[in-house]
Amino acid sequence: MKATVKITLKNGVLDPQGKAIAHALEALGFSGIGEVRQGKLIEIDLGETDRGKAEKAVEDMCRRLLANTVIENYDIELVDQ
Amino acid sequence: MKANVIVFPGSNCDRDVAVALEQTTGTPPAMVWHGETSVPDCDLIVLPGGFSYGDYLRSGAMAAHVPVMRDVVKRARAGTPVLGICNGFQILIEAGLLPGALMRNASLRFICRDVHLRIERNDTAFARCYDRNSPIRVPIAHHDGNYFASEDVLDELEDRQRVAFRYCSNDGTVIDAANPNGSQRNIAGIYNETFTVLGLMPHPERLIDPALGGEDGVAMFRSLVETLH
Repeated sequence: MKATVKITLKNGVLDPQGKAIAHALEALGFSGIGEVRQGKLIEIDLGETDRGKAEKAVEDMCRRLLANTVIENYDIELVDQ
Repeated sequence: MKANVIVFPGSNCDRDVAVALEQTTGTPPAMVWHGETSVPDCDLIVLPGGFSYGDYLRSGAMAAHVPVMRDVVKRARAGTPVLGICNGFQILIEAGLLPGALMRNASLRFICRDVHLRIERNDTAFARCYDRNSPIRVPIAHHDGNYFASEDVLDELEDRQRVAFRYCSNDGTVIDAANPNGSQRNIAGIYNETFTVLGLMPHPERLIDPALGGEDGVAMFRSLVETLH
């Protein structure tokens, strides 16, 4: 099973990198650029075949290491391989 | 005073802080490698500055979970004083010993220069030799020092007077223009609930000798020696 974890900044947390990307896109001539937020994508191959157990384990990974829940949200997607 | 300095792969201020400690205490600290499972009995634990694990994932996130940190957290919770400087502050936050987060500097730039700090309280083991009315000048050197916490946490830090230092102008006024990195409420360092754990972004260990450009960092190490003997 493969887990894809998407980590994004919480609403209300300033994202200066996202802002810099927005400015750079405008400088390249792209119009209509609104807010840009930057995040992280982490892919994990799991030996676990039970979906429930895998979800619980990845949830635990997110809380303990992958995300800083003070400033970040996480979203888990599991795909059978 | 018996001090332990924890050394992670990528620490780069471990030697500076060891020199500062030896100069003030007369005894060199024990340097403890990150892979150890415990730290020797001591009066003080220091987490030095640097870029542990290349700042992978988030600054301090990897170091916070290495074997030796389990013992550091246990000892900190039992009351052993812990000082985290720069990357050490980031590690203390990631290990859950201090609240909040240290985000990318608002300017997105790595900032390496002297700043002025207002001493918020001088009745702790770390700051008793400082004068509350005279701001100190110490260097910062970081990319991720933008202190963030929810309004509730910030209010609690203020109510319990847990803010240790704030960025200020050279006359001690806390103003936006003196905030180098976008930190909320100009926070440069905070204490835990019992004032035994201090995390700060500036580097007091880098200004301990006139030959280095100043001595405003000395009082922190002298405070520790006077408190912990």
